[in-house]
Amino acid sequence: MTKSAKNRIWLASGVAALIGLGVVAAPALAQRDPAYAAARAAGQVGEKMDGYLGVVGSGNAQLRAMVDDINIRRRAVYAEQAQAKGATLEEYAFTAGCLAISRTEPGEMYVAYSTGQWTARTASSPDRDPRCP
Amino acid sequence: MTNVKLTTPALRAHNLPQTGSDMGTKAGRAIKMGVTLLGPALLAGCIKLEAPTEPIVIELNINITQEVIYRLAEDAGNTLDENSDIF
Repeated sequence: MTKSAKNRIWLASGVAALIGLGVVAAPALAQRDPAYAAARAAGQVGEKMDGYLGVVGSGNAQLRAMVDDINIRRRAVYAEQAQAKGATLEEYAFTAGCLAISRTEPGEMYVAYSTGQWTARTASSPDRDPRCP
Repeated sequence: MTNVKLTTPALRAHNLPQTGSDMGTKAGRAIKMGVTLLGPALLAGCIKLEAPTEPIVIELNINITQEVIYRLAEDAGNTLDENSDIF
Protein backbone atom coordinates (compact mmCIF):
# COMPACT_ATOMS: atom_id res chain seq x y z
CA MET A 1 0.00 0.00 0.00
CA THR A 2 1.40 3.38 -0.96
CA LYS A 3 1.66 6.26 1.47
CA SER A 4 -0.98 8.29 -0.34
CA ALA A 5 -3.40 5.35 -0.27
CA LYS A 6 -2.87 5.06 3.51
CA ASN A 7 -3.52 8.79 3.89
CA ARG A 8 -6.73 8.46 1.95
CA ILE A 9 -7.92 5.69 4.26
CA TRP A 10 -7.11 7.76 7.33
CA LEU A 11 -8.93 10.73 5.84
CA ALA A 12 -11.97 8.60 4.98
CA SER A 13 -12.18 7.13 8.48
CA GLY A 14 -11.79 10.61 9.96
CA VAL A 15 -14.70 11.89 7.88
CA ALA A 16 -16.75 8.83 8.83
CA ALA A 17 -16.01 9.50 12.50
CA LEU A 18 -17.14 13.11 12.13
CA ILE A 19 -20.37 12.04 10.43
CA GLY A 20 -20.87 9.50 13.22
CA LEU A 21 -20.48 12.23 15.85
CA GLY A 22 -23.00 14.37 13.98
CA VAL A 23 -25.58 11.61 14.04
CA VAL A 24 -25.06 11.08 17.75
CA ALA A 25 -25.23 14.83 18.46
CA ALA A 26 -28.37 15.46 16.37
CA PRO A 27 -31.03 14.23 18.84
CA ALA A 28 -29.55 16.42 21.58
CA LEU A 29 -30.15 19.49 19.37
CA ALA A 30 -33.70 18.50 18.55
CA GLN A 31 -35.47 20.14 21.43
CA ARG A 32 -37.78 23.11 21.41
CA ASP A 33 -36.34 26.57 21.37
CA PRO A 34 -36.81 28.07 24.89
CA ALA A 35 -39.04 30.84 23.49
CA TYR A 36 -41.23 28.25 21.78
CA ALA A 37 -41.39 26.06 24.88
CA ALA A 38 -42.33 29.08 27.02
CA ALA A 39 -45.03 30.22 24.55
CA ARG A 40 -46.56 26.74 24.51
CA ALA A 41 -46.54 26.46 28.29
CA ALA A 42 -48.11 29.93 28.61
CA GLY A 43 -50.87 29.00 26.13
CA GLN A 44 -49.83 31.78 23.73
CA VAL A 45 -49.47 29.30 20.89
CA GLY A 46 -51.27 26.05 20.27
CA GLU A 47 -51.89 23.15 17.94
CA LYS A 48 -54.44 23.52 15.14
CA MET A 49 -56.30 20.65 13.49
CA ASP A 50 -54.51 21.21 10.18
CA GLY A 51 -51.13 20.23 11.60
CA TYR A 52 -49.78 23.71 12.08
CA LEU A 53 -49.08 25.86 15.07
CA GLY A 54 -51.32 28.85 15.71
CA VAL A 55 -51.09 32.04 17.75
CA VAL A 56 -53.79 32.11 20.41
CA GLY A 57 -55.59 35.46 20.31
CA SER A 58 -54.00 38.44 18.62
CA GLY A 59 -50.52 37.69 19.95
CA ASN A 60 -47.67 39.98 18.95
CA ALA A 61 -45.27 40.34 16.04
CA GLN A 62 -42.57 38.29 17.72
CA LEU A 63 -44.92 35.39 18.44
CA ARG A 64 -46.33 35.46 14.93
CA ALA A 65 -42.83 35.42 13.44
CA MET A 66 -41.86 32.45 15.59
CA VAL A 67 -45.03 30.55 14.65
CA ASP A 68 -44.52 31.31 10.96
CA ASP A 69 -40.96 30.04 11.13
CA ILE A 70 -41.97 26.80 12.83
CA ASN A 71 -44.84 26.29 10.39
CA ILE A 72 -42.56 26.76 7.38
CA ARG A 73 -40.30 24.06 8.79
CA ARG A 74 -43.24 21.79 9.56
CA ARG A 75 -44.56 22.25 6.05
CA ALA A 76 -41.21 21.24 4.56
CA VAL A 77 -41.18 18.07 6.68
CA TYR A 78 -44.80 17.28 5.79
CA ALA A 79 -44.17 17.79 2.08
CA GLU A 80 -41.17 15.47 2.10
CA GLN A 81 -42.91 12.73 4.10
CA ALA A 82 -46.17 13.04 2.21
CA GLN A 83 -44.34 12.49 -1.05
CA ALA A 84 -42.54 9.47 0.40
CA LYS A 85 -45.87 7.98 1.51
CA GLY A 86 -47.78 8.87 -1.66
CA ALA A 87 -50.12 11.18 0.21
CA THR A 88 -51.03 14.82 -0.21
CA LEU A 89 -49.45 17.53 1.91
CA GLU A 90 -52.85 18.24 3.52
CA GLU A 91 -53.45 14.59 4.36
CA TYR A 92 -50.07 14.23 5.99
CA ALA A 93 -50.33 17.54 7.82
CA PHE A 94 -53.79 16.68 9.12
CA THR A 95 -52.58 13.33 10.41
CA ALA A 96 -49.64 15.00 12.13
CA GLY A 97 -52.12 17.53 13.58
CA CYS A 98 -54.17 14.70 15.12
CA LEU A 99 -51.05 13.38 16.81
CA ALA A 100 -49.71 16.78 17.82
CA ILE A 101 -53.03 17.52 19.55
CA SER A 102 -52.88 14.13 21.30
CA ARG A 103 -49.43 14.97 22.56
CA THR A 104 -50.32 18.35 24.04
CA GLU A 105 -49.84 18.50 27.77
CA PRO A 106 -52.43 19.77 30.24
CA GLY A 107 -52.54 23.57 30.06
CA GLU A 108 -51.34 23.74 26.45
CA MET A 109 -53.76 25.07 23.85
CA TYR A 110 -55.32 23.33 20.86
CA VAL A 111 -58.29 23.87 18.59
CA ALA A 112 -61.15 21.68 19.78
CA TYR A 113 -63.01 19.76 17.08
CA SER A 114 -66.58 20.33 18.30
CA THR A 115 -66.25 24.07 18.92
CA GLY A 116 -63.46 25.10 16.56
CA GLN A 117 -62.17 27.26 19.41
CA TRP A 118 -58.87 27.45 21.25
CA THR A 119 -59.16 25.18 24.24
CA ALA A 120 -56.77 24.35 27.05
CA ARG A 121 -55.84 20.71 27.20
CA THR A 122 -57.03 19.03 30.34
CA ALA A 123 -55.97 15.73 31.89
CA SER A 124 -58.67 13.95 29.85
CA SER A 125 -58.27 13.13 26.17
CA PRO A 126 -58.53 16.08 23.77
CA ASP A 127 -61.60 16.89 21.66
CA ARG A 128 -60.29 15.78 18.26
CA ASP A 129 -61.68 15.15 14.81
CA PRO A 130 -63.43 11.73 14.83
CA ARG A 131 -61.19 10.64 11.95
CA CYS A 132 -58.09 10.96 14.11
CA PRO A 133 -56.36 7.69 15.00
CA MET B 1 -49.21 74.71 -21.75
CA THR B 2 -47.67 78.11 -22.22
CA ASN B 3 -44.33 76.45 -22.76
CA VAL B 4 -45.75 74.14 -25.36
CA LYS B 5 -47.30 77.04 -27.14
CA LEU B 6 -44.04 78.97 -27.08
CA THR B 7 -41.84 76.15 -28.30
CA THR B 8 -44.22 74.46 -30.72
CA PRO B 9 -46.82 76.99 -31.73
CA ALA B 10 -48.08 74.76 -34.54
CA LEU B 11 -49.45 72.19 -32.13
CA ARG B 12 -52.80 72.89 -30.55
CA ALA B 13 -53.13 72.14 -26.88
CA HIS B 14 -55.94 69.63 -27.24
CA ASN B 15 -53.84 67.40 -29.46
CA LEU B 16 -51.41 66.76 -26.61
CA PRO B 17 -52.13 63.91 -24.21
CA GLN B 18 -51.17 65.98 -21.18
CA THR B 19 -53.84 68.54 -21.84
CA GLY B 20 -56.39 66.27 -20.23
CA SER B 21 -59.76 65.04 -21.47
CA ASP B 22 -60.10 63.74 -24.98
CA MET B 23 -63.78 63.10 -24.46
CA GLY B 24 -64.60 65.58 -27.19
CA THR B 25 -63.06 63.33 -29.85
CA LYS B 26 -64.94 60.56 -31.67
CA ALA B 27 -63.24 57.86 -29.60
CA GLY B 28 -63.93 59.85 -26.46
CA ARG B 29 -67.63 60.01 -27.28
CA ALA B 30 -67.70 56.26 -27.78
CA ILE B 31 -66.06 55.70 -24.38
CA LYS B 32 -68.53 58.10 -22.78
CA MET B 33 -71.45 56.21 -24.26
CA GLY B 34 -69.97 52.89 -23.14
CA VAL B 35 -69.54 54.16 -19.58
CA THR B 36 -73.09 55.54 -19.61
CA LEU B 37 -74.49 52.19 -20.70
CA LEU B 38 -72.22 50.17 -18.42
CA GLY B 39 -73.16 52.07 -15.27
CA PRO B 40 -76.74 50.81 -14.86
CA ALA B 41 -75.74 47.35 -16.09
CA LEU B 42 -73.17 47.07 -13.30
CA LEU B 43 -75.63 48.32 -10.71
CA ALA B 44 -78.26 45.82 -11.84
CA GLY B 45 -75.69 43.01 -11.51
CA CYS B 46 -74.84 43.88 -7.92
CA ILE B 47 -75.56 41.28 -5.25
CA LYS B 48 -76.21 42.64 -1.83
CA LEU B 49 -73.88 41.11 0.73
CA GLU B 50 -74.37 41.33 4.44
CA ALA B 51 -71.67 40.66 7.00
CA PRO B 52 -72.35 37.35 8.74
CA THR B 53 -72.88 37.45 12.46
CA GLU B 54 -71.25 34.03 12.96
CA PRO B 55 -67.61 33.40 12.08
CA ILE B 56 -67.24 31.49 8.84
CA VAL B 57 -65.50 28.17 9.32
CA ILE B 58 -64.25 26.62 6.13
CA GLU B 59 -63.56 22.94 6.49
CA LEU B 60 -60.67 22.41 4.09
CA ASN B 61 -59.90 18.94 5.35
CA ILE B 62 -63.31 17.47 4.61
CA ASN B 63 -61.97 15.25 1.84
CA ILE B 64 -59.35 13.53 3.94
CA THR B 65 -60.52 10.02 4.68
CA GLN B 66 -59.98 8.16 7.91
CA GLU B 67 -58.40 5.36 5.91
CA VAL B 68 -55.63 7.66 4.69
CA ILE B 69 -55.10 9.08 8.17
CA TYR B 70 -54.70 5.62 9.64
CA ARG B 71 -52.27 4.65 6.91
CA LEU B 72 -50.12 7.72 7.64
CA ALA B 73 -50.40 7.68 11.42
CA GLU B 74 -47.33 5.60 12.21
CA ASP B 75 -45.08 7.54 9.87
CA ALA B 76 -46.44 10.85 11.14
CA GLY B 77 -45.74 9.74 14.70
CA ASN B 78 -42.12 9.09 13.79
CA THR B 79 -41.95 12.46 12.05
CA LEU B 80 -43.08 14.20 15.23
CA ASP B 81 -40.46 12.29 17.25
CA GLU B 82 -37.65 13.03 14.81
CA ASN B 83 -38.50 16.73 14.58
CA SER B 84 -39.30 17.33 18.22
CA ASP B 85 -37.81 20.83 18.03
CA ILE B 86 -40.69 22.06 15.87
CA PHE B 87 -43.52 20.02 17.41
